[in-house]
Amino acid sequence: MNVELKSAEWKDQIFDVFQDHDIKQVFHVPDAGHSRLIELCQKSNSIRTLALTTEEEGIPLAAGAWLGGQRSVLLMQSSGVGNTINLMGMPKTLRFPFLTLITMRGDYGEFNSWQYPMGQATPKVLEAMGVLVYSVDKPEEVKATVDAAARSAFNGGQSVAVLLRQKLLGIKNFGKK
Amino acid sequence: MSKVTLQRRPLVKKILEGADDNLLVIAGLGSANWDVTEAGDRPLNMPLWGSMGAPVPMGLGLALAQPKKRVLVITGDGDMLMSLSSLATVAALQPDNLAIVVLDNEKFGETGNQATATAPRNNGPTDSGAGTDLAMIAKGCGIADSGTVREVSEVAQLVKDARTTKGPVFRLVKVMVEKLEFVMPPQDGAHLKDRFRQALGIKPT
Repeated sequence: MNVELKSAEWKDQIFDVFQDHDIKQVFHVPDAGHSRLIELCQKSNSIRTLALTTEEEGIPLAAGAWLGGQRSVLLMQSSGVGNTINLMGMPKTLRFPFLTLITMRGDYGEFNSWQYPMGQATPKVLEAMGVLVYSVDKPEEVKATVDAAARSAFNGGQSVAVLLRQKLLGIKNFGKK
Repeated sequence: MSKVTLQRRPLVKKILEGADDNLLVIAGLGSANWDVTEAGDRPLNMPLWGSMGAPVPMGLGLALAQPKKRVLVITGDGDMLMSLSSLATVAALQPDNLAIVVLDNEKFGETGNQATATAPRNNGPTDSGAGTDLAMIAKGCGIADSGTVREVSEVAQLVKDARTTKGPVFRLVKVMVEKLEFVMPPQDGAHLKDRFRQALGIKPT
């Protein structure tokens, strides 16, 4: 019960950070880890949410939004990070701020072996593309970390990824003990 | 199928004729970039030198951020083939200010004119494609106003559709295979992006 409350709390806090930083477009794929945050964004009057067919679309969408004067965030799972790597060069080449929040799989206590290769490679491939990688595994540190990432992105002009670690999200087990 | 007679350069010039501050243009890498640049380099053009597959989602993000401006994506068949599913994302959002014009010569022009999937099947050992119909794909994705242009007589309407018809609009234009000179805009992506934002009156960070 307490864990559930905490989980709702930090997800709401991420939404507050989005509002504080004047985020106007949020791109996402369906994701259990991000679902509450996505719903908050969908219900918001100030944020436009877009459901993507592949995570890769999120980078040029962010480029287009920035060209038009709007800040955006890409929400994805670690399993989708590989789909974005080529176009992750765009924020470097065009020099625009880019922020993504990544829910981790293939991480702490993962039961599904298929999630490990991309999950374990996620920080490395992001760093290889020049993305700053922030990591958070404690509920009480989520808000400050996402806020810092947004500052590094939108004030500092960087590409920044926040990894929401599996320790924070809870271990998915499909009902198995 | 009728013989292809439309030439991409004069066609793009007509589409962009009299472009004012209301028209925001994203041009896909390679030939579409050179075509748009030959029509006249301007700050409100965002010509890409890479990022294949990016123009349509980029146009969508821009169209949502600038709902009062017309956003026109001009790109080629090879580029469009790399981001087909982004047409479904466009359809989901239905931006009424977005038009997509795909210049289809059925070739990967930058790498030596190899056949793309839009080339006919059974076109010989080196020139066969899949007969892929991009306009039908756009329609199938949910962009209701999607069609193909082949004739000179259809060009005036194409210009209107690209510039003013309520979006989202998708036009596939069958164009000739031609060897044309490179007409290059500035290459520095940060410069291209900054001059674009400045022309829109957006202040730097």
